[in-house]
Amino acid sequence: MAKNNAGGQQVPMNKAGKWAYTWHMVKVNKAAYGLLAPFMILFTIFLIVPIIMSLPIGFTNFNMVQFPKFVGLSNFKTLFLNDEVFLIAIRNTLIFAVFTGPFSYILSFILAWLINEMHPVLKTFFTFVFYAPSMTTSVYVIWQLILSGDANGYINSVMMDIGIFTQPVQFLTDTKYILGVCIVVQLWISMGAGFLALRAGFQNIDPSMYEAGAIEGIKNRWQELFMITIPSMGPQLLFAAVLQISSSFTVGAVGQALVGLPSSDYAAHTIMNHATDYGYIRFEMGYSAAICFVLFAAMLLANKGINSLLAKYLD
Amino acid sequence: MARKKRKVSIEKLKVKDKKKNVNKSLGGDIAIFVFLCLLGSFMLFPLYYSLVQSIKPVEELFVFPPKLYVLNPTTKNFSDLVNIASNMWVPLSRYIFNSVFITIVVCTCNIFVSCCAAFSLAKCKFPGVGFLNKLIVTALLFSSQATWIMTFLVLSKLGLIDTYGALILPNIATPLGLFLMRQSMSTIHDSMIEAAKMDGAGLFRICWQIVVPNSKPAIMTLIIFAFQGAWNMQGGVLIYSEELKTLPTIVQQISMTGLSRQGAVYAAAVVLLIPPLVVFLLAQSQVMETMANSGIKD
Repeated sequence: MAKNNAGGQQVPMNKAGKWAYTWHMVKVNKAAYGLLAPFMILFTIFLIVPIIMSLPIGFTNFNMVQFPKFVGLSNFKTLFLNDEVFLIAIRNTLIFAVFTGPFSYILSFILAWLINEMHPVLKTFFTFVFYAPSMTTSVYVIWQLILSGDANGYINSVMMDIGIFTQPVQFLTDTKYILGVCIVVQLWISMGAGFLALRAGFQNIDPSMYEAGAIEGIKNRWQELFMITIPSMGPQLLFAAVLQISSSFTVGAVGQALVGLPSSDYAAHTIMNHATDYGYIRFEMGYSAAICFVLFAAMLLANKGINSLLAKYLD
Repeated sequence: MARKKRKVSIEKLKVKDKKKNVNKSLGGDIAIFVFLCLLGSFMLFPLYYSLVQSIKPVEELFVFPPKLYVLNPTTKNFSDLVNIASNMWVPLSRYIFNSVFITIVVCTCNIFVSCCAAFSLAKCKFPGVGFLNKLIVTALLFSSQATWIMTFLVLSKLGLIDTYGALILPNIATPLGLFLMRQSMSTIHDSMIEAAKMDGAGLFRICWQIVVPNSKPAIMTLIIFAFQGAWNMQGGVLIYSEELKTLPTIVQQISMTGLSRQGAVYAAAVVLLIPPLVVFLLAQSQVMETMANSGIKD
């Protein structure tokens, strides 16, 4: 481990107290801090500060013009007790989260596994096919045209041509379909970096493990998967899970682009949409900050849960 | 060079080993292939559809039911797009310039900043390094989307609203980029760094002359992720001056005009679509190499 130190020299520990020693190490490693500084400054200003700020601002009434006014817990109280739309948003986000969280996670794992069973050329091809939609996030405009509620929408016209629909279905405005449609499009773009990590994880497993397994009596792909593959992919699984939590809790952008904000009858309204609504449209930043804070807390909790769930695969 | 060659030969060996694997049946292979093709066509359909629609002449665009192929391919939709856009207040070239400019600046800064920080986190031992490494892993959770509204407050306090800075600065320091870079750099042998230190190189030189050239796959990966993010960026509430808006914003705006310009919308979507796909295709193997190190180990 000591060799790991590229920055400074080792100094004997016994001379001074712990603090003096730490301070000495800080001074010795000035260059290392210098290298870190540009990233950390931007990172702090644009990511850490916003996250930390959401709590104190959540306790205030803030409209961006006047100085924030302290209102205690009232924002949080309104949020959970009086805001019916927030409850709809929680419900929708949970439905979204089930599909774009665990469902999409398992799906990308299965896809990564199946693709890995293929010939190397097909591997490259299929990886590209499944990853492509997530690269083109601004192109879900296309879905608007495919799902469009008149006879020119692709799905409507095909269905009417075959005779399944007698009249166009309003996919984007009928409250019966909105949520489902958003989930499908969200799933379509959800094979992102996590999927790539899982693909690489499969590729990385030492083939001799499988040979050893075959000798030990593993008979088919399923046994291989559960006895060799999954236990040796812990770190990748955790990485993909973290990305999945982050994307499934913050769904909203797709719905906003597809069915508008707010969607008819709040049918696809998520927590993120709710925060956007209050933050950008009504400029009630205090309330919006409270919503964001609740969201951050939920994400951290989910992260803790996943960590302990996958703990047995991490060494 | 020698290291690279050895790696290749090891990979070849691995492929050979894989073929010997007994637990595979031809039937299973075919079933998996068919399943992947079915799902894959769902994934590709919207992309394919927009490509086909973008080269259809008007008479074919509104045929009922829509066809999945094109009889007389034309580039008229693309020239329409340019025409529509040049009749706008701000010419299309300006939006393209904005997108390209922002993408280049974000990618360059992102790589520079991430390389420096990743090297420091992966290879230096200083007070606080453990904490910072943990912080980065936790920060993976907080994508910019979640913090966007609060970031807006910061940007407005800094007076950056409606400037390029609002689109560029918050997207430079991305936890995902730093994390992947750090993972890849920590696989580089310490002996190389030690040797450079013996020769009297400073940390900055070690970083840029030894570690960075050895992390090319990770840099490619970083470019791809940064590129996707920046290229698809919409100004939203951050930008209200027409001449600072980006290409995706304008595609959205044209698409809202509805049927009359459907061909142009598809054309615009294709223009947006192509660059990230091409960049990814070129660098896929390097991305996979980087992602292999992406696991989180505590």
